[in-house]
Amino acid sequence: MQFFFNFGRYLVLMKKAFGRPLNFRYFLRQLVAEIDAIGLNSLGIVAIISVFIGAVLVIQAGYQMQNPLIPAYTLGYGVRESIILEFAPTIVSLILAGKIGSSIASQIGTMRITEQIDALDIMGVNSASFLIFPKIIAGLLSFPFLVLISMMIGITGGYLAAVLWGISSSANFIAGLEYWFVPFEIVYAIIKATFYSFLIVSISSYYGYYAKGGAVDVGRASTKAVVYASVAILLSNLILTKLILG
Amino acid sequence: MIEVKHLCKSFDDKQVLFDINAVFEKGKQNLIIGQSGSGKTVLLKCLVGLFQPEEGQVLFNDRDFTAMNEKQKKNVRKEIGMLFQGGALFDSMSVMQNVMFPLQMFSDMSKAEQITRANFCIDRVGLEDAHSKLPAEISGGMQKRAAIARAIALNPKYLFCDEPNSGLDPKTGVVIDKLIEEITQEFQITTIINTHDMNSVLEHGDYINYIYKGKLWWKGDKTNFLATDNPELQDFIYSTEILKRLKPSR
Ligand SMILES: Nc1ncnc2c1ncn2[C@@H]1O[C@H](COP(=O)(O)OP(=O)(O)OP(=O)(O)O)[C@@H](O)[C@H]1O
Ligand SMILES: [Mg+2]
Repeated sequence: MQFFFNFGRYLVLMKKAFGRPLNFRYFLRQLVAEIDAIGLNSLGIVAIISVFIGAVLVIQAGYQMQNPLIPAYTLGYGVRESIILEFAPTIVSLILAGKIGSSIASQIGTMRITEQIDALDIMGVNSASFLIFPKIIAGLLSFPFLVLISMMIGITGGYLAAVLWGISSSANFIAGLEYWFVPFEIVYAIIKATFYSFLIVSISSYYGYYAKGGAVDVGRASTKAVVYASVAILLSNLILTKLILG
Repeated sequence: MIEVKHLCKSFDDKQVLFDINAVFEKGKQNLIIGQSGSGKTVLLKCLVGLFQPEEGQVLFNDRDFTAMNEKQKKNVRKEIGMLFQGGALFDSMSVMQNVMFPLQMFSDMSKAEQITRANFCIDRVGLEDAHSKLPAEISGGMQKRAAIARAIALNPKYLFCDEPNSGLDPKTGVVIDKLIEEITQEFQITTIINTHDMNSVLEHGDYINYIYKGKLWWKGDKTNFLATDNPELQDFIYSTEILKRLKPSR
């Protein structure tokens, strides 16, 4: 019951959020600020996570592939596939759901409880579109790049681990990276990530927008935002994977 | 002038406002007073359309606000300024940017004209030195003044103030009250003020509407306010010892 109430209200909010901005130049300025907050500001964490996960993947896979019957290029191939197909789009999005989701929900939630959203509405500004639309667009524009960067850094991390610890030779690893490469997989990852970015931004905006009460409630709203955005990512990961690859 | 007719508002099963009828006049300070929880804020939010009343009409100069579609409402909203209980300044923007905001969104002024207008409003409320400060960097009273500057930026015909001097020391409270009074007269605004501060009621109320448990219990002007024989209003006015001494004896 509660779910249908929230879902219905979410859809109504999204319809409002896609209203046309009142002042386009102002919108562009907001967009730049949001790209900075959502995209550029996430580069560091994405890079760190990617390089470590890439390295760990190689160590683990190398450990499992000590059998001489497995061709030497398998390591690079396997690492490339797991990073492109699953790690870069999904795991990175899950982590960003925590980082971006909580910040959006608490920002909008604080504006709600301090009546800043009422102030916008009184002036006749469509508060949903004013606050949420630039964030959604910034997410859609930023996530593909974050994912591409995560792929590159993750694979580089894997390569370094492989070579530095002698798990594989540089040539074998690179041969694996190039083996049976399907460029569509990158498109597939970008589609997934773009979709996740929408889920993260819209769900956390929703919980912030309808926050009420005080500071504790804003905290609660931001926790809910992260939990539900993560669940939504996992569910849609299953569905999208089945639809596109299954 | 704003007219309210038969306005009723409930939340879920709980009725908060019962059949409110009132007239708020231009160039005057119209006060809504009453105990905490009596429904003042809800009434104010019904007037400006933040809450949708179940019944009744709100007329802005004979235009029925409650019956308007979103687009028509938007046109009326441009004539409304509102001062929220907590100021409600946009906390990511400086004072100047806050005051510029409605101008950027709704006026067709050039950038230079916008800046002139914003400067005028900021100077008018006496915040000459705070243009580039963020709301978090100025005091509560200054925030209220900045909020007033933002509310009058578009030359509103109607100004709504929810407890403009709550949370301020008496002296700063008086400064804010005075500022609102001057602005009301200077620009001939229809001003509606929620308050439970007896000092502002006695000093600045032109017309007084007393809300008691969601009903408009008493209305009148300052002169017959203190002399009222309405028991609930008497109870409200003479709630402190100091005020009891003001009670006209008869
Ligand atoms: N959004 C809401 N949902 C449900 N009930 C509400 C809501 N807003 C206000 N109420 C109820 O309406 C009643 C009147 O509240 P209101 O905020 O108007 O009081 P007030 O007169 O402004 O009090 P104060 O002087 O303390 O600000 C209260 O009983 C409150 O619980
Ligand atoms: Mg109130």
